[in-house]
Amino acid sequence: MLDTRIKPIVMPKWGLSMSEGKVTGWLKPPGTKISVGDEILEVETDKIAGVVEAGDAGILRRAIGARDTVYPVKALIGVIADEEVSDDEIDAFVAGYAAPAEEDGAAEESGPKYEFADTSFGRLRYARRGDGARAVVLIHGFGGDLDNWLFNIDALAGSATVYALDLPGHGQSDKAIGEASLGWLSGAVLAFMDQTGVETAHLVGHSMGGAVAMRTALDQPARVASLGLIGSAGLGAEINSGYTDGFVAGSSRRDMKPVLEQLFHDPGTVTRQLVEDILKYKRIDGVDDALRALSENLFPASRQNEILADQMKAAEVPVLVVFGASDKVIPPAHAEALGDRARAEVLGEAGHMVQMEKANKVNELLLDHIGR
Amino acid sequence: MARKLSFKMAINEALDLEMRRDPSVILLGEDIVGGSGAPGEKDAWGGVLGVTKGLYAKHGNRLLDTPLSESAYIGAAVGAAACGMRPVAELMFLDFMGVCFDQILNQAAKFRYMFGGKATTPVVIRAMVGAGFRAAAQHSQMLTPMFTHVPGLKVVCPSNAYDAKGLLIQSIRDDDPVIFCEHKNLYGHEVDVPTEAYAIPFGEANVVRDGKDVTIVSYGLTVHRAMDAAAALSRQHGIEAEVIDLRTLSPIDWDTVIESVENTGRLVVVDEAHPRCSIATDVAAYVAQQAFGALKAAPQMVTAPHTPVPFSPTLEDLYIPTAEAIAGAVLRTVPHALAA
Repeated sequence: MLDTRIKPIVMPKWGLSMSEGKVTGWLKPPGTKISVGDEILEVETDKIAGVVEAGDAGILRRAIGARDTVYPVKALIGVIADEEVSDDEIDAFVAGYAAPAEEDGAAEESGPKYEFADTSFGRLRYARRGDGARAVVLIHGFGGDLDNWLFNIDALAGSATVYALDLPGHGQSDKAIGEASLGWLSGAVLAFMDQTGVETAHLVGHSMGGAVAMRTALDQPARVASLGLIGSAGLGAEINSGYTDGFVAGSSRRDMKPVLEQLFHDPGTVTRQLVEDILKYKRIDGVDDALRALSENLFPASRQNEILADQMKAAEVPVLVVFGASDKVIPPAHAEALGDRARAEVLGEAGHMVQMEKANKVNELLLDHIGR
Repeated sequence: MARKLSFKMAINEALDLEMRRDPSVILLGEDIVGGSGAPGEKDAWGGVLGVTKGLYAKHGNRLLDTPLSESAYIGAAVGAAACGMRPVAELMFLDFMGVCFDQILNQAAKFRYMFGGKATTPVVIRAMVGAGFRAAAQHSQMLTPMFTHVPGLKVVCPSNAYDAKGLLIQSIRDDDPVIFCEHKNLYGHEVDVPTEAYAIPFGEANVVRDGKDVTIVSYGLTVHRAMDAAAALSRQHGIEAEVIDLRTLSPIDWDTVIESVENTGRLVVVDEAHPRCSIATDVAAYVAQQAFGALKAAPQMVTAPHTPVPFSPTLEDLYIPTAEAIAGAVLRTVPHALAA
């Protein structure tokens, strides 16, 4: 039986397709006192580089994961325990550690499971997790897709059914954009909810997806239980056109890498595979037209066209706003745009993709907001 | 939506999608339908290895089975292109270029230049290349350098099904003549390929593996051998190779190659063509000239030998650059301390 005073640090699983990860460095040396949420070490997958945060408090007693070495998901890479636990006990724990078996081996083998909903806004791809009574719909931003919620979708699925969709023109949904407006995209979200039998949902939107969520709450208040606005558009006028224009224009790895680096506090998060995945999306027929139409209508000439902050102040829906303090796409000052109407949190050492860079913290805030 | 698709079916899908999108796209070649007029033609063989199978049923007489006269039908394709069509001609084996080279070298490649830009020639010539198929000396050559030598031609040689589909669609949409080289030993190779149409721009190499110690540049089948070599070098010697798949040989993405060599200081070029006046010599010479200061060792080349492709299976297996030969070339570029 495992000693419960000793807490393992294991290779995390970031999304369904991750089977292994590479330890790229320790941020805390052995012997350091660790609090819950501390950043302990850096891990890189073929998709993204990220930070492992402590789930337990204590002393970091062993840093087992060797730099530049690949470990399978759930492999033991470190040990946290209090001072009174002896070195012999720790060694025995490490020697006797067996990675827990996968809950569902067959599902793991088949890889990520996506579903499709046929709507009047086209065929929309989505992922669904959990089976709780409460429904949560995750709406990505401009040029994004449902994988932007890689670190969130499972964490939110404890007592809810969580849906993450690809908006029209994005991911693996149909690429035609009927009308490049928040109203039209909001119509697509509502059509998606109709098709999946979701009457009322907590909407969580990132960037442009936040503005789409607000538009939905304003147009159909009965169908929106709450709003989670992450690095959201629609709260103020300013937007970095260097990012949006660069994203639309970029067609090569060399063009896209510096553009994508603006999304993160830590530019090292952008891996070759991340850039390649974005290029593969952008090459598909119809994507360029969709992105250009959205960019020209929603944020022409470095300004956002549809600012919903004033209308939101008059609405009754509960709102949580989260920004990364070093957001280089939309100014984090927009977190204050709703004043007393919303709980606003600005998280340090995070950029526009705050839900990826500070996933644990954002998930906690969302669970507090939506309900556990 | 993406799913696993073979290289061969990715070519078939690219042709089908472009024929659906653009009525000026037509196909010409020997047996690409499988015998027009013969009974059962709608389910006929579809080319010597079945790449165009099923397209006749969908697009009918926009597929033309031609007589066994490469100079006639390649010439017809070039002329049709100059008159506004977008023909895709299948030369079966690139080795057959000899009998129709004037149509390519002196006609297709020259029209835009000699008519002062008033004519374009949006023709694609698809052909199988490469050895390892037990098809002997006249059906196995990697003749890519013969075409990169000619200004006015674009030359493409993909290494996987995703690139094959996107590069063939780009080739059809491009307004210049494109020589599209398909390695026959990759036809069964499968990767994730989106169902939608997509175009990969020319002159964009793909960095298929990151590494800090040495740059391996290749294209086509030998990209996979280079990846095998890189995995073995990492395992056995702790050497991390960056592997670059050129994808298109004209135009060629010099920036990606130079940028990588500036980081690693070492270059190995792998080319299934013969050693002299090849893609390997071209890349090695360019890097030596443009990034001499960055080089920590002499560039190495791994190529087929300067012989015809042997018919003996044992000799043919030795003919194509192996992962072992590539790893050996890498070890020649590193100091003994690193290789220990």
